Amino acid sequence: MTSKTLFEKVWENHLVRPQSEDLPAVLYIDLHLVHEVTSPQAFTQLRERGLKVRRPDKTLGTMDHSTPTTPRNQFGVIPVTDMQASAQLDVMRKNCADFGIPLYDLGTSKQGIVHVIGPEQGLTQPGMTIVCGDSHTSTHGAFGALAFGIGTSEVAMVLATQCLLQNKPKTMAVRVDGRLDAGVTAKDIILAIIARIGIGGGTGYVFEYMGEAIRGLSMEGRMTICNMSIEGGARAGMIAPDETTFEYIAGRPAAPRGADFDAAVAQWRRLPTDDGATFDHEIRLDANDLVPMITYGTNPGMGMPITANVPDPDKLSDLSQKQALDKALRYMDLQPGQQLLGKPVDVVFIGSCTNSRIGDLREAAKIVRGRKVAEGVRVMVVPGSQQVKAQAEAEGLDQVFKDAGAEWREAGCSMCIAMNGDQLAPGQYAVSTSNRNFEGRQGKGGRTFLASPLTAAATAVTGVITDPRQLVSEREYA
Amino acid sequence: MEPIKTFTGKVVAVPVNDIDTDQIIPARYLKVTDKAGLGQALFSDWRYQADGSPKPDFVLNRPEHQGASVLVGGHNFGCGSSREHAPWALVGAGFQAVISTYFADIFRSNSLKNGLLPIVVDENTHRQLLSLAEEDPTTQVTVDLESQTLTLPDGRGVTFPIDGFSKHCLLNGVDQLGYLLGLEQETAAYEAGNPRRVDTALVAG
Repeated sequence: MTSKTLFEKVWENHLVRPQSEDLPAVLYIDLHLVHEVTSPQAFTQLRERGLKVRRPDKTLGTMDHSTPTTPRNQFGVIPVTDMQASAQLDVMRKNCADFGIPLYDLGTSKQGIVHVIGPEQGLTQPGMTIVCGDSHTSTHGAFGALAFGIGTSEVAMVLATQCLLQNKPKTMAVRVDGRLDAGVTAKDIILAIIARIGIGGGTGYVFEYMGEAIRGLSMEGRMTICNMSIEGGARAGMIAPDETTFEYIAGRPAAPRGADFDAAVAQWRRLPTDDGATFDHEIRLDANDLVPMITYGTNPGMGMPITANVPDPDKLSDLSQKQALDKALRYMDLQPGQQLLGKPVDVVFIGSCTNSRIGDLREAAKIVRGRKVAEGVRVMVVPGSQQVKAQAEAEGLDQVFKDAGAEWREAGCSMCIAMNGDQLAPGQYAVSTSNRNFEGRQGKGGRTFLASPLTAAATAVTGVITDPRQLVSEREYA
Repeated sequence: MEPIKTFTGKVVAVPVNDIDTDQIIPARYLKVTDKAGLGQALFSDWRYQADGSPKPDFVLNRPEHQGASVLVGGHNFGCGSSREHAPWALVGAGFQAVISTYFADIFRSNSLKNGLLPIVVDENTHRQLLSLAEEDPTTQVTVDLESQTLTLPDGRGVTFPIDGFSKHCLLNGVDQLGYLLGLEQETAAYEAGNPRRVDTALVAG
């Protein structure tokens, strides 16, 4: 038998029709997640052609992007004051009702960010194909699923046929050996990878993350890494399932039970890449060398160790790279050679599909506990789902954040996408645990430094960009 | 979808690398439930002042570039979000093709489904097109999809890659959903042989 990679196994298990000279492969989709922003035009297409949703039982809707995260009113309702967003949410409700798709409506107990709820409910399992009209669908690859973002035309295809036409991507092994120091996290690994390969470096590839440092991560850390595969240009990123994966899935609502679970685990154990399987490309990092990372520019590839200085465009030989860095530094209003440590910020955002899970909130709370948010800094803590919110409240984390002077908000994408009322004002600086620092991403004219929840929390309590190792060393990490 | 065979169009350059889909159309324009009017929002943050009036120096606002239908961007065009609103905005603003040295995967896929041709050229041709478009706003190119040829103003033809199926669909106005619907028997056979992995009804809200 030939040796195969994890990706190849999942790909081959889902071929309705293999790729040929003239035709892309027809790939079967096991789970389709749908949200309010990228689906309305797809449902319109179905209606125009008189089509049904082929498998509503393999489809799940949630509301996350255009939903406000403002606290509930006296009736327990999250008020939607933006008329356009409100209309979009109504369309989502109607579409899900008309086509028989289960929906996690705004404010209900399971609602949340699409890439938080799938794993949380146990819907995300090894070996599956998972798609959503959202580029951060790569998150689900942390379970050894092949998961990728699609456009709205493809949303319509999956709704109507449960299939997609895909050309087989290339594979890249991303090996991270060694161990992380205290205060260095999964977010720092992925920011370092993207800084190395650039935001286009993974174009045309599916990543498989491997190595001791990856194996040592929790499922939440693995999700953070896979989430940002797309920021390196890769449509999907995968991690082979192991005991950590199985333990995470066991007992979740949609997970198999009893003997079925054991049988599923036996199947899942066959998924990891075989010895001798080859990749089209490989890169290596050593986790021992990593320190907390931060971005300085206007794409996620413009990242550096938090202790480093902002790079100088004049030292770049490639003209287009020089122009790009120059443009980025002008937008960010930063000087070449400048240190970011100690730079005052206006806002700290802890949330998004990258870093809004219970583990992320626990990490942030370790630093915030017993401290106060710095004067003049707005700190928003936005749990990824209503379940995360409830869990955090059961652990008293909400009180830790509120006591410190941070805002404890409802679940949603919030300031990661700034289409829901949560946004920066022009010129403001934010340290953000989200995934994109593009111009205007967090509000027109806003300036984003991407970093880990630890770095965000350390910055929240000092008011200036802070190396979290200074603060965690005083706590239980010591 | 209208078939595309060949067209000639005026070229405009936006010579910025890594143009992400948040620049092509910012998220605040994504609260719509149709595709109407998205062309107005194309490059909104680069194109309009705070009061909503056009920035006179932005290339797409200059009178000499009105009517351009071929956009030359920097390297790695269309990275970031999967929003199909990006090609919808480009098509809505009258573009039929975008030229770069390479495209982000999802953007390329979305464009091909909307009759917007993502044309990959080598670095030399790319540089040449950027300077031509900047020097002479009347610069035109001709695209012939059948022969996969981009013809430059000097008459030089360069071939560009496109997968056979997308080309077939564009040339004949075939839509991919129709093709997939035609595979009902194979899809049903796959389903019969592969048990359902998860049931969302079990975890309904």
